[in-house]
Amino acid sequence: MSEKFTNAGHSHSKIDSIALACGNEKYTDDFMTDTPLHIAFLYSDIANGIISSIDYKAAEQADGVKLILYHGNTPDTLHTTAGQGYPEPSPYDCRMFDKKVRFVGDRIAAVVADTYKQAEAALKLIKVEIEQLPALFDIEKAIDAGSPVIHSDDEYPAIPVTYKPEENIAAEIVTGFGDLEKGFKQADLIIDETYSMQYASHCATEPHAVSVHFDERGRLVIITATQVPYHVRRIVSIVCGIEIKNIRVIKPRVGGGFGGKQEVFLEQVAALAAWRLKRSIKIVLSRKEVFISARTRHAMRSRIKMGVQKDGTITALDVDDLMNAGAYAPHALTVLSNAGAKVLPLFNKIENLRFSGRSVYTNLPVGGAYRGYGATQGYFALNQHIDEAARYCGEDFCEYVKKRHIKSGETSRVFEALGEGKEGVRQFIKSCGLTECIDRGAKAIEWEKLRGKKLRNGNRIRGVGAAVAMQGSGIPEIDMASCHIKMNEDGSFNLNTGATDIGTGSDTILAQIAAEALKTDYSKMIVLSSDTDTTPFDTGAYASSTTYITGNAVKQCALKVYDLILKAASEMLGADKNELKVEDSKVSSRDGRTVEYGEICAFRLYTSGQLQIQASSSFVAHESPPPFTAQFADLEVDIETGEIILNRIAAAVDCGHPLNPLLAEGQVEGAVLNGISYALTEDYIFNSNGRMTNPDLGRYKIFNTVDTPEIITILADTYEDTGPYGAKSVGEIALNGPAPAIANAVYDAVGIRLRHTPFTPEKVWKLLNEQ
Amino acid sequence: MNNLLIVNYVINGKDVVFTINPKDSLLKVLRDNGYTEVHNGCQTGDCGACVVILNGRTVNSCMVLAASAKDGEILTVKALGDIHNPHPIQRAFAESGAVQCGFCTPGQILSTYALLLENHDPDEKDIRRALDGNICRCTGYVKILEAVKLAGRLMKEAEHV
Repeated sequence: MSEKFTNAGHSHSKIDSIALACGNEKYTDDFMTDTPLHIAFLYSDIANGIISSIDYKAAEQADGVKLILYHGNTPDTLHTTAGQGYPEPSPYDCRMFDKKVRFVGDRIAAVVADTYKQAEAALKLIKVEIEQLPALFDIEKAIDAGSPVIHSDDEYPAIPVTYKPEENIAAEIVTGFGDLEKGFKQADLIIDETYSMQYASHCATEPHAVSVHFDERGRLVIITATQVPYHVRRIVSIVCGIEIKNIRVIKPRVGGGFGGKQEVFLEQVAALAAWRLKRSIKIVLSRKEVFISARTRHAMRSRIKMGVQKDGTITALDVDDLMNAGAYAPHALTVLSNAGAKVLPLFNKIENLRFSGRSVYTNLPVGGAYRGYGATQGYFALNQHIDEAARYCGEDFCEYVKKRHIKSGETSRVFEALGEGKEGVRQFIKSCGLTECIDRGAKAIEWEKLRGKKLRNGNRIRGVGAAVAMQGSGIPEIDMASCHIKMNEDGSFNLNTGATDIGTGSDTILAQIAAEALKTDYSKMIVLSSDTDTTPFDTGAYASSTTYITGNAVKQCALKVYDLILKAASEMLGADKNELKVEDSKVSSRDGRTVEYGEICAFRLYTSGQLQIQASSSFVAHESPPPFTAQFADLEVDIETGEIILNRIAAAVDCGHPLNPLLAEGQVEGAVLNGISYALTEDYIFNSNGRMTNPDLGRYKIFNTVDTPEIITILADTYEDTGPYGAKSVGEIALNGPAPAIANAVYDAVGIRLRHTPFTPEKVWKLLNEQ
Repeated sequence: MNNLLIVNYVINGKDVVFTINPKDSLLKVLRDNGYTEVHNGCQTGDCGACVVILNGRTVNSCMVLAASAKDGEILTVKALGDIHNPHPIQRAFAESGAVQCGFCTPGQILSTYALLLENHDPDEKDIRRALDGNICRCTGYVKILEAVKLAGRLMKEAEHV
């Protein structure tokens, strides 16, 4: 497919990569403003309580201290910290500082001082009395009568959705179709099991940071490590009461996000302090603060009841999810709905289906967006059920899935039933390479040779397992992206987009898309992104949207510019537009005369019909074509120790026509490894008071080079007609595969079902010894 | 108030004199003095984003007291090459797709540099061991391992070692 394109489909290193490798690029904390003030936060060590008094007199007098912020002197605007489209589908349930503390890590106050050390020292001088309330840590108990009510003030949803804080219910969804009872009656076997996944931290290597200063004219400039610059500007404006026109948000290089930086919880504090003191402000969180006070992956309990006939037909599927929103509920509704919306369409022949779920408040850390966004949790459960169903009817997992997964030209009633906090958008699948992914992944992992063989090597027994998943490409009818392109007289172009490259390479692939449409080389594109003063609106880097949604905006815009180039060239060459040939930044007429792009731009700037060759475009998607993946784990289980030794994992992904295979592979590999360590080691270990006991990268174990198994990446050869040059998304999907593939492989090896992540040796050993 | 110290270092080949707080880490002193290519990822010695080469050996600069490194020779990633003349390791990281967000990259590159100085032809196991203190959350390490292999080849070709 790539042959017909000169840019799209070609591997190029990221346009910022050599500067990053040379240490030239700047992250938020690298900007040197004039002697910024620093902020240190006072966090609650009590999980649930009411602040009865704060005495900060001594702290105020301490060396270097300029200001202390707490609930008594800050705006009490209810808002959500979720960086989502406006009005957000997340409830307005938090304030910058509150009279109540709701988890260990909730912010009580902020000290602003000349140095961070001074601010930190002053924290110790603040005397806080908290009237402790019974805390709620167990999601199963959250909705019991008599459980502590975590939000009992005037919290409210910004859009009409179910929200019952008095019952600790942050979100509730019930949807479905068909007749469940009838479906279960037709079944020969009912598989009814409960699964759970744990809390997790994004562990972006760059901790959250924000740096605020005033420009020469007194406007507030917020440099911030964010995935959502425009949402930052809006939320800061609303919460702090600063006009939009006085705020400029700039996203510099960002050291990874994975959803963690889709959250706006530092910028408003820094902005308010800066606005009050008329000084530059810097906040850089420590790793510990990121763990305890930033956002997390929602822990989820998922019960699935599935009716299966002997021939493999799924007669009914009843999914009941209970999600831990934590103390506040950013993304609590949408992550929950995605656990159904991005999961259930995959097996679209099921006629009787119900998806019900509740997100509940607890006094634990706050959930948020995290790569995979509910689909990860949903697929962990569903894939094990599918493995059981296939085994029951005597079919190979791969063949079972290939017969039953959604195909090109097909739809699912789930698409309509479930959207982002409201009904979804009906869509038909136009490209689906899942069967190809299954075939190629199975071959790579030697499925036929290894499946069911239980090869033994001392205490180790080998198994292989598989999992399949889909995701989406942006949020249809909600996410909007825009861009502006202008031409320069050397044939280069400025490409300005609001898209937010957080290390994903979106600046690069957007340049490739523009260059493809303009019939030039991507190196001619000068990319500027994510600055609310100089680049147009974009919802931001989330929901696997940038390639598809911003990519389409860029393509549209580039085609408009291309048309202007042709018009000018036609005038210069005295030839009809339709008779011109364009190649490699040159326009030729039939008689062989040629003008170069640079000359065309200069002609329009200085000679005839003077204008700047430029265009802008906005794009809203009407569908969200899903990428697909099939993943395969090859592992051994040590039956003496319970350890899982992962030999290899193969991830085959259909992301449409990969615009930059090198970068697409990188997205897959990173997501796969995150999925592996989430399955095996990552965990928040809470003590009985709700305090995380392992808030550092030593004890919260993510994988290093030595831990990492061989990862085999396969990109399927498909083409999505609605995508820019055939592309669909690739950012999130690959995280959905490892946990279920590993669980299914462990079953293949030793016949135990791991329904609760992480799969620690202790858990495996215990199950082995219960057999 | 702590007594301040005046210390000398040779950083990237240049003599410098800094006034430091004896309690400060080398990471803090370097960053405060503009060496922002040394990244602060955890301050607990777990991530490797702040790796520098101190007297020929890689260290997590967050775990080294600046005072104890006085008179030391320090290399940051900027010692290797710059945007106009990048080092083969820097080129290899960029070309292999080993740089995603780039936050861990300076540390990865310095660990690679230290490895390749000692071992021109490391096998995969050597590479994995040499880089095991550098956490990356973006790449799954696949392209980082490829980059180190490519860097070894480029350095041999250029006799850059």
